[in-house]
Amino acid sequence: MSELHRRAWCVAPTLAAMIAIAATLPVWAAQASIAVAANFTAPAVEIGELFSELTGHEAVFSFGSTGQLYAQITQGAPIEVFLAADQARPAKAIEDGLAVPGSRFTYATGKIVLFSEDDSLVTGEATLRAGEFAKVAIANPKTAPYGAAAVETMRALGVYEALKGKIVRGNNIAQAFQFVETGNAEIGFVALSQIAAQESGSRWIVPEDLYSEIAQDAVLLKRGKDNEAARAFITFLKGPDARAVKEKYGYGAGE
Amino acid sequence: MVEFSELWSPIRLTIELATVTTVFLLVIGTPIAWWLARTRSAWKEAVAAVVALPLVLPPTVLGFYLLLALGPHGPGGWIAGLFGGRSLAFTFEGLVIGSVVYSMPFVVQPIRNAFDAFGDRPLEVAATLRASPWHAFWSVAVPLARPGFLTGAVLGFAHTVGEFGVVLMIGGNIPGETKVLSVTIYDYVETLQWTYAHILAGGMLAFAFAIILTVMLLDRRIGRAKP
Repeated sequence: MSELHRRAWCVAPTLAAMIAIAATLPVWAAQASIAVAANFTAPAVEIGELFSELTGHEAVFSFGSTGQLYAQITQGAPIEVFLAADQARPAKAIEDGLAVPGSRFTYATGKIVLFSEDDSLVTGEATLRAGEFAKVAIANPKTAPYGAAAVETMRALGVYEALKGKIVRGNNIAQAFQFVETGNAEIGFVALSQIAAQESGSRWIVPEDLYSEIAQDAVLLKRGKDNEAARAFITFLKGPDARAVKEKYGYGAGE
Repeated sequence: MVEFSELWSPIRLTIELATVTTVFLLVIGTPIAWWLARTRSAWKEAVAAVVALPLVLPPTVLGFYLLLALGPHGPGGWIAGLFGGRSLAFTFEGLVIGSVVYSMPFVVQPIRNAFDAFGDRPLEVAATLRASPWHAFWSVAVPLARPGFLTGAVLGFAHTVGEFGVVLMIGGNIPGETKVLSVTIYDYVETLQWTYAHILAGGMLAFAFAIILTVMLLDRRIGRAKP
């Protein structure tokens, strides 16, 4: 009995110290879990680094297609901020009571590019009209807004029916890019941000009158309502440091 | 609204893929299993390990290598070139190749075990009766190993039906060509069309149960046949 007491005496201060440390942690270094649409992967990572450098908080990202992430959020995934590739799903998150009303804002506007690893294959819309390729990769239009924009572009040019049989669909825009990158599809519609940093290959930045603007909205989820880091990230995302990164990757900086 | 054909097409495609894969696996897997069961070669365990690799490797690893191998810079691209294509990724043929690799251990292992089980004796007897090795194989070894073939075929078929990761990585989600059952279910879940996800997923559940039960009953029968 006395042995037990002695042990408890040793344990108690240690425990108390641990609790004290844990309690102070969120004040200076909280973590925010952030779900990001795949197209925004590269800038998000860069923004995340700046964010922890300048605020001391940490942003932990998970990437996927907007639809995939949204499905996970509806099932209680531990995510606090949602950076979608469209406006519909963040709006629905508020409607369904998953997100904080009034927290939705456009953090970026995206652009799509027709891209090929081949230096001369893509010359412009003529490439699509000629159709001299076996496969064109796009993101799944049902779940990824960049895929929907690609379909819209092909429809606007009147080539969709002709190209339909050549379309291969990546699970998200990252996979569509990977299909092009490995050469399995000669061309593909990818996000400008994915190829902004590289110079090889040929590309055609699709004119914005061929598809509806890809306004990408972010929203604070209810789970992150009381997390200081989550709120700080949203503020940071609207700020000038994040804006510079977005522009570097070819995004419009949003609102 | 999803039409009936939209649900039926991936089911049919999956059955086709699993059937073709199983046939290929029996043709390719039988000599491998035979060799593994009979050889005294030092390479025996190394080859057995290679065959068993897909049991351990994540589908992403297989999918990644397959994507490169099937592509224009790999052997798949070369083969596709013979038929005027440039890549075997995103084709039914590509999926068959991927599935054969992926399901190989599930077919080879039971057949090998069956060959192992009856030992050298029946073949020696056949030889003393002047049966050629080829003749002995077909009229002695194969009938004796029949339960192994059955289990291997059932498992190979079932495992191909259940394939997801590899297909997701090399398939390109083309309806009627590479959009198999598992990928279709994934799509429905992602787009929140859960009624259809439930229909297909429930079907898969019943199918998987039936398959496992079948294999267990087969095993029991084999167990009883060999007292």
